[in-house]
Amino acid sequence: MKPRYLVPIIYILFLLLPIYWLIAMSFKTTNEILGGFSLFPQNFTLDNYRTIFTESVWYWGYFNSILYVSLNTVISLIAALPAAYAFSRYSFIGDKHLFFWLLTNRMAPAAVFALPFFQLYSSVGLFDTHLAVALAHCLFNIPLAVWILEGFMSSVPKELDETAYVDGYSFHRFFITVFIPSIKAGVGVAAFFCFMFSWVELLLAKTLTAVDAKPIAATMTRTASSAGYELGLLAAAGVLTIIPGAIVIYFVRNYIAKGFALGRV
Amino acid sequence: MARITLDNLRHSYSANPVSTDDYALKEIDLDWTDGGAYALLGPSGCGKSTLLNIISGLLNPTSGRVLFDGKDVTALPPDRRNIAQVFQFPVIYDTMTVYDNLAFPLRNRGVDHGQIDSRVHEIATMLELTDSLSTRASHLTPDNKQKISMGRGLVRDDVNAIMFDEPLTVIDPELKWKLRSKLKELHQSIASTMIYVTHDQTEALTFADQVVVMQEGEIVQIGTPIELFERPLHTFVGHFIGSPGMNILPAELVGGAIRFLGHAVELEGPVKNNQGSLEIGIRPEYVRIGTTGIPSVIRKVADIGRRTVIEANVNDIIVNAITEDVPPEQGEEVYLEFKPSQTRLYADSWIATEVGA
Amino acid sequence: MKTVNQHGWLFVLPVLLLVAFNALVPLMTVVNYSVQETFGNNQFFWVGLRWFEEILQSERFHAALGRQMLFTVTILIIEIPLGVAIALAMPRRGFWVPVCLVLMSLPLLIPWNVVGAMWNIFTLPDIGLLGYTLNNVLGIDYNMTQDPLAAWITVIVMDVWHWTSLVVLLSYAGLISIPEAYYQAAKIDGASNWSVFRHIQLPKMKRVLTIAVLLRFMDSFNIYTEPFVLTGGGPGNSTTLLSIDLVKVALGQFDLGPAAAMSLIYFAITLAVSWLFYTLMTRDDR
Repeated sequence: MKPRYLVPIIYILFLLLPIYWLIAMSFKTTNEILGGFSLFPQNFTLDNYRTIFTESVWYWGYFNSILYVSLNTVISLIAALPAAYAFSRYSFIGDKHLFFWLLTNRMAPAAVFALPFFQLYSSVGLFDTHLAVALAHCLFNIPLAVWILEGFMSSVPKELDETAYVDGYSFHRFFITVFIPSIKAGVGVAAFFCFMFSWVELLLAKTLTAVDAKPIAATMTRTASSAGYELGLLAAAGVLTIIPGAIVIYFVRNYIAKGFALGRV
Repeated sequence: MARITLDNLRHSYSANPVSTDDYALKEIDLDWTDGGAYALLGPSGCGKSTLLNIISGLLNPTSGRVLFDGKDVTALPPDRRNIAQVFQFPVIYDTMTVYDNLAFPLRNRGVDHGQIDSRVHEIATMLELTDSLSTRASHLTPDNKQKISMGRGLVRDDVNAIMFDEPLTVIDPELKWKLRSKLKELHQSIASTMIYVTHDQTEALTFADQVVVMQEGEIVQIGTPIELFERPLHTFVGHFIGSPGMNILPAELVGGAIRFLGHAVELEGPVKNNQGSLEIGIRPEYVRIGTTGIPSVIRKVADIGRRTVIEANVNDIIVNAITEDVPPEQGEEVYLEFKPSQTRLYADSWIATEVGA
Repeated sequence: MKTVNQHGWLFVLPVLLLVAFNALVPLMTVVNYSVQETFGNNQFFWVGLRWFEEILQSERFHAALGRQMLFTVTILIIEIPLGVAIALAMPRRGFWVPVCLVLMSLPLLIPWNVVGAMWNIFTLPDIGLLGYTLNNVLGIDYNMTQDPLAAWITVIVMDVWHWTSLVVLLSYAGLISIPEAYYQAAKIDGASNWSVFRHIQLPKMKRVLTIAVLLRFMDSFNIYTEPFVLTGGGPGNSTTLLSIDLVKVALGQFDLGPAAAMSLIYFAITLAVSWLFYTLMTRDDR
């Protein structure tokens, strides 16, 4: 083994320590946690997980999160695909300004928008729905998706489009059956990033929901503050929020680095 | 400048090679004299780039030795072998100017400023890059970028050899020709050993004094372009060089005479080996359309400018012929004559005739 | 070459509508608030640019902005070189590459408040792994709920933990896109490791590094959830970054006017600095 490999190894250990601690905590009883320090759970318990899987507030939070995140990923991609195609293939009046304006929306502090968002979505009657969160997250996910997809599309030679037209494809058929499959990796990478940013965002998700669409992460915050300090329960819920991300990342592991390299980021 | 000797080289990319199939290079022995222009020619995957990388030191051979002027350099890293290499894609340092790119190998070796400056200007003049010395290298066209990568090899006066790994791949066709003649000219003016790897026979035959033809990790023939064309030692060489390549036709030995589909064929000289599967080799250039000989039907006629390529069908076996005369019509029945002095016999793909008196 | 085709607008329309709905309407609302005063009951009075003047002169805003700048600069100085160094040290191919990438990406996929909560649990003085180790094993007095310096260091370490991987991923992608021939040429040219880094790796990573710096700048400047969950902005105001301060003003005190004006100033700063970064780092390309 080359000595330089120590650098990533130490870094990964550093990353895993807090995660280990969270996992360890989730298997401890409240008494053990408050009773003092122990590196491994002494009285191994699954009670914390049992609570989460049996109380509807908890498991619904989980479903809610997955629902709006998936919804957001789908909406972002469907909207971003044609837009990215236009940016990569056509030049039209104001295209550059538009692209930059899209990107600026990533710069808007979510905290700035929290209150107006609440008012906006209340006034259109979407407050406390999954759709509200999914739409709100489009604010930062669509610009990102357009950006990534545009890079991938630009690396597909224009001749592909022309050949397809010569072969008599209509635009829709070409776009869906030829073009999108040829940038599969890009769609995968974009979907991954949409999923990721929607999954981890909480401020807007919390602002726009009350009961019916409340995300798991928000349920956690409430538990932490209201039900005293149920650290074990909190830790178990935290562990469960890591799992979907870990699954998604496992599927796209070979695309992540390559995706950035291919996409003209 | 140096003489390069390859002694019993074998290389395998797998850690534990078992059969000969595991070897990318099966057994290579070569001796290249100082100051020559050599080409390594073969189809993709024949091991020519592997061989090049072993000579430059980017790869360590599984066994065997590389010698420069009789000195074993097998264990030396690339920068201590004093060789230069030009890659398929132009490798330039984007952030530097053309001048700095050319000066880079000298600066790394601690050459003093005055000498670097004069050397860089000298090479820039040779490569016609003087005007762009102060531009950023990333702004140049591919052919000029490729010139810079050559230049980085040429600036060093201590180089033992300059190697080219398919250097014209990304160059536009019309500039290819220009760059190729530039190379030839450079070789004549600085007389350093140059090794040129390519799968393009035109590039190899126009550049090199001596061409090494490789196939599946083995050398099949070493010779001048004329030798390779006139008298291929292996059917692969006959087939690979020439356009279209040599006709390789089934042969049988009947009562001491060689026959092709029952027609007696006169060979260049005596047969030294008639074991194994026998084939007749004749270049299309030496197949004549005549009034006597082997009867055939013209299948296709293709005009390639000054000459015409004719595909003739002899009992479902295609024989190519090249003629500068008025070509026959498609479907016409003609007779083919093989020029005896250019008709060879191959046994198990290796040449089996001797040159006649 | 791109063809001129005004139908491009049709393709962009869905994106435009979605983003405009989310961006313009709230932005208008914010602008509207920023020039008015409210006493509740939906009564609003025009006050012009008074809030802007007040905020730009207020000590509190300066302090929050100062802390924010300090935070952003610190994490950029740590995360960018660290990320590049880790990417350089990683293997370029083989079995361990996806393993490294998956493990490194984990922190990026954890909801932000969970990140805060996780670090909170991790650093609790007597029962957290880090807190216990520092206090009881190494004998360093550590309690971030009381000591501002400890709180600062914890917030920064947490951010490094959370986001360095993004820089690693981007840099690594830049690195593996460099063809092998560049390294071979450098070897033949006798280049030192430093030269290889300076003249081959760094230039090839420039594009992705621009992205990394921009993303890290924007996101760290907007950071809210993680430090809020971890420290709540304390002890005192020591870790009250801009967003935390903003939410305190807007929701805690319900001063909508000043909060809106503050958001706009804040947004303008982010925009200006991002634009500056972007132009500086892409200047050489043209």
